[in-house]
Amino acid sequence: MTVKELAQKLNLTFLCEEDPSREISGGYCGDLLSWVMSKAQSGDCWFTVMGNINCVAVAVLTDCACVVLCENAPLDEDAKTRAGQQGVNILQSEESAYSLSVKLGEIL
Amino acid sequence: MSLFELHYDVPGDDFTRAGEASGDVKAHLKKLGFDPSTVRNVVIALYEAEINMVIHAGGGEIAVSVDPDCIKMELTDHGPGIPDIELAMTEGYSTAPDNVRSLGFGAGMGLPNIKKYTDEMVIESTVGVGTTMKLRVDVKE
Repeated sequence: MTVKELAQKLNLTFLCEEDPSREISGGYCGDLLSWVMSKAQSGDCWFTVMGNINCVAVAVLTDCACVVLCENAPLDEDAKTRAGQQGVNILQSEESAYSLSVKLGEIL
Repeated sequence: MSLFELHYDVPGDDFTRAGEASGDVKAHLKKLGFDPSTVRNVVIALYEAEINMVIHAGGGEIAVSVDPDCIKMELTDHGPGIPDIELAMTEGYSTAPDNVRSLGFGAGMGLPNIKKYTDEMVIESTVGVGTTMKLRVDVKE
């Protein structure tokens, strides 16, 4: 399933649509960046409420397929710029990380 | 002899640039064809160390040496030093201030993560002088 297909199925809004055809192979949920760095896998859909520039760095280094900002958590302007430069997909949802994770688990 | 070497100056207290060195090293290693597992180990360790420099030491310098069989990293700062390295290595122990925690850091996972993802980790630190961290990641067959 691609990021774009996930966006349609879970009603996610693209904030940075950089590589919508990227395949999603798994999911990870967390806000502590060191923890996410250590545990998230390449191809994961990462659910978080961290919309700062460091979240983009972690997404790049872990090679996540996309970042989903849950519960309408905001994306900082400099993070949006960096995501555009580094080709990171960032989406947003009003739903909680739990709710979205359950749905992703059912789809994958 | 190294395939090549990379050097970076890490500015202190500038979280907007934290991760630039790690990202650049990742791009170089991928271009050279290193396996994803090795690249991942290097960038996790380097990013954690880079963030530590920004949070605790007012920045510093990074030297990366890329060999066919291993990647060596040396991080040098002139920050306050680490009074008790053993305590600092404890998972969950953190001296990061609240403003740093609000950015998603300060979980006390930095140094343990570095140790976990490297094959050798040597910390030399003198209070009031600074810290040097030497890391090595072996290329897995």
